[in-house]
Amino acid sequence: MDNQYADTFKEEASELLAELENSLLELEDSPDDTELIGRVFRALHTIKGSGAMFGFDDIAAFTHQVETAFDQVRNGKLSVSRKMIDLTLAARDQIKTMLGGAAVDAAGTAQLIAGFKELMNGNQEAAPAPQGSMPPSTPSVAASEDDFITYRIRFKPDRNVFANGTNPVALLNELRQLGNCRIVAQMCDVPVLGDIDPECCYIFWDVILTTASGLDAIKDVFIFVEDYCEIRIDPIDGVGNFDDEAYKKLGQILVERGDIDVHDIETVLSTQKRLGEMLVEKGMVGPSQIQSALLEQQHVKEVRQERKQKEEKAQAQEAGASIRVPAEKLDVLVNLVGELVTIQARMTQTAAGREDAELISIAEEVERLTAELRDNALNIRMLPIGITFNKFKRLVRDLSGELGKEIEMATEGAETELDKTVIERLNDPMVHLIRNCIDHGIERPEVRETAGKPRQGTVRLAAVHSGDSVLLTIEDDGAGLDKEAILAKAVEKGMVAPSAELSEQEIYNLIFAAGFSTAAKITSVSGRGVGMDVVKRAIDDLRGSISINCRPGQGTVISVKIPLTMAIIETLLVEIGDDHFLIPLSLVDECIELTRADVAASHGRNMATVRGHLVPYIPLRRKFSIAGTIPDIEQVVITELNGTRVGFVVDNVIGEHQTVIKSLGPAFKHVEDVSGATILGDGSVALILDIPQLVRSVEENCRQ
Amino acid sequence: MSVTTITVTTQYLTFKLGEEIFALDVAKVREILDFTTVTKVPQTPNYMRGVINLRGSVVPVLDLRLKFGMSATEKTVNTCVIVVDTVLDGEPMVLGVLADSVQEVIDLEPEQIEPAPRIGNRINIDFIQGMGKHNEMFMMILDIDRVFTAEVLAPLQEIVEELTGAAHG
Repeated sequence: MDNQYADTFKEEASELLAELENSLLELEDSPDDTELIGRVFRALHTIKGSGAMFGFDDIAAFTHQVETAFDQVRNGKLSVSRKMIDLTLAARDQIKTMLGGAAVDAAGTAQLIAGFKELMNGNQEAAPAPQGSMPPSTPSVAASEDDFITYRIRFKPDRNVFANGTNPVALLNELRQLGNCRIVAQMCDVPVLGDIDPECCYIFWDVILTTASGLDAIKDVFIFVEDYCEIRIDPIDGVGNFDDEAYKKLGQILVERGDIDVHDIETVLSTQKRLGEMLVEKGMVGPSQIQSALLEQQHVKEVRQERKQKEEKAQAQEAGASIRVPAEKLDVLVNLVGELVTIQARMTQTAAGREDAELISIAEEVERLTAELRDNALNIRMLPIGITFNKFKRLVRDLSGELGKEIEMATEGAETELDKTVIERLNDPMVHLIRNCIDHGIERPEVRETAGKPRQGTVRLAAVHSGDSVLLTIEDDGAGLDKEAILAKAVEKGMVAPSAELSEQEIYNLIFAAGFSTAAKITSVSGRGVGMDVVKRAIDDLRGSISINCRPGQGTVISVKIPLTMAIIETLLVEIGDDHFLIPLSLVDECIELTRADVAASHGRNMATVRGHLVPYIPLRRKFSIAGTIPDIEQVVITELNGTRVGFVVDNVIGEHQTVIKSLGPAFKHVEDVSGATILGDGSVALILDIPQLVRSVEENCRQ
Repeated sequence: MSVTTITVTTQYLTFKLGEEIFALDVAKVREILDFTTVTKVPQTPNYMRGVINLRGSVVPVLDLRLKFGMSATEKTVNTCVIVVDTVLDGEPMVLGVLADSVQEVIDLEPEQIEPAPRIGNRINIDFIQGMGKHNEMFMMILDIDRVFTAEVLAPLQEIVEELTGAAHG
């Protein structure tokens, strides 16, 4: 089998599984939503179908079982229960494992299937028995959907049909094999009991069949009996040939069938009762004929509706015009655009030096186009953050069940868009934060009740754009942080001096320090002390910041600020000697001058006074051992990170710079203070400073 | 450390560091550039001259003279950056090495190559694949992958520690 198709299937199936999970979680909240049930069913059906097509037979077989259950839900024979959702979620995970190609736990599979069977059997008695008509059978013939045509077949065997050894029921069964089929037996010709000859067939049948097999296949069914049976086959619905707007009225059908003529209908229509009832009352047609005609009407309606849905879906897919593109291709595109931005900067610089008005105007035009192209290219990689929110919903659901807590998750701003890489790298820290909320934050239901709070806790996840960043907040209405416990722990671990006086904010920030965990009990979820510092580091790596706020007894709010993209950032270009460095602009607060006199006045401490506040600074020239003479007036770039202001001393501040981030590669992975490089307009390389890391290293030095 | 024996005719690019002639397997060489501006990366050993812009990619540049205990490479009209494909920790990497001048491309038969003498050589023979003899001249065939391995990067970490240590003091 072609691997490429298998990969495509896997990709598609993963998407479907994600959608399935969403729909299931939504379904849990509104179990009667037929549209959701439909979505679940369709996802399962597609997985089954394409699974079988690409040779994933085990997946197809397993999914079939789940699908069967949902088919019953769809038909209203089974109701959505929590158990059902649990089972289906578990089944979804099982399918995911199967997809991954990992060894499948056969016992687990069997158990799940048994679970579904139990669910279905429990409902079997409650299911309404089919009345009069036989239930529609599922088409066993696979064919292109477009070729489905609905036929109306009247099969009226000769009275003496049994004498020829023909069994009409066998023929009808054959018809049912051809497709979606409804059969109504017409018994109006059956005489009173005394006149019945048991060897005669008085019944005839109306069959409504939707099949892709074509007229010939139907005729083939009757091939041996056509001479002594009355058989009429009329196509009544199909693609293209028929007006989809409205199917024929009951009267029209009856007239077409020859059960009644137009005149009779008109007479009856003049009275105001329902047509069917009236016809029966007047004795013009038997109730079974009406039933048959009504059935036909219903059948065609259903078939058309289904087809319309399919068409709409296909159109939506077409009109929604999404194409699947491998992420690497986008990376290449963004890289190329990055290079273009670099070259364009160089062109603008050159043009400015030429004093050629025409060249300058061309350069400006190129600049405008490049900026647009850059924004668009970056935009392609943007995804709504909602895709991760849904994952978290599952996490909250599973974890709260495990820990015996009642937690509801609310999300806001799921449509907020972020770079794909950022979203991916945000996943782990977010999972950690949410786990913390559930494990440490929200109390057990009993505790909550005593505290006068609703039993059910809430974790609120919100995303909102703010400038070139996205602000994520994770809020819980739990107990909040225990300030004293944090401080005591920090003192015990020697992180702060016992005498130190810390602000509330500083105390909360302590939990981001390495090896810090206040949970006395270690659960499977958190408490191993590898929590918040890892989170903070991950956020730092994304050039974001994290802060924590809390109202004791009412809850905790964790705010994470993340730049929109990792590929191109706004920076401040600074100069030390001949070297150029870049500082992410989002972190820069202000720039001040530092004169020799200022340095002398601070008596060797690296502190500057800014509007009455002391701001520590790091002389980068010394830190990076750059030779050369220090200018009389240096500049201090003051950055703010997680509420702490730190200055960086440079020779000169040149200005803002659009920076395309380049990796320094494996050769420099031990270099800590630089997070990347970029190429300046003149073709030289400038380094991007890792401000959080620089601040951290200085803090560590001070502590020691 | 065992020296890989060279068994087939191979083409070598020869270049000079001071008066000594070195050779590199041409298959490893990507291109040769003029030595222009190089940006020093802080906290790296002095033989890491920094990074250059190679058509939009950032490529590290290694000063072989410093690496081999000579004085730093001076910038002259003949100074070149030889861009080579190498491997670091199993990852492919593009690296620039500085040469005082690039000479020529020569063919060397296996019999023209001898193992590097263990003594009388001021360069760590770990970096040398063998000694080639061509037109009565001897040249050192460099094993560029070894010149730039994690092991070689170790001093770099020492320097980082030294620097932080100094800052503590």
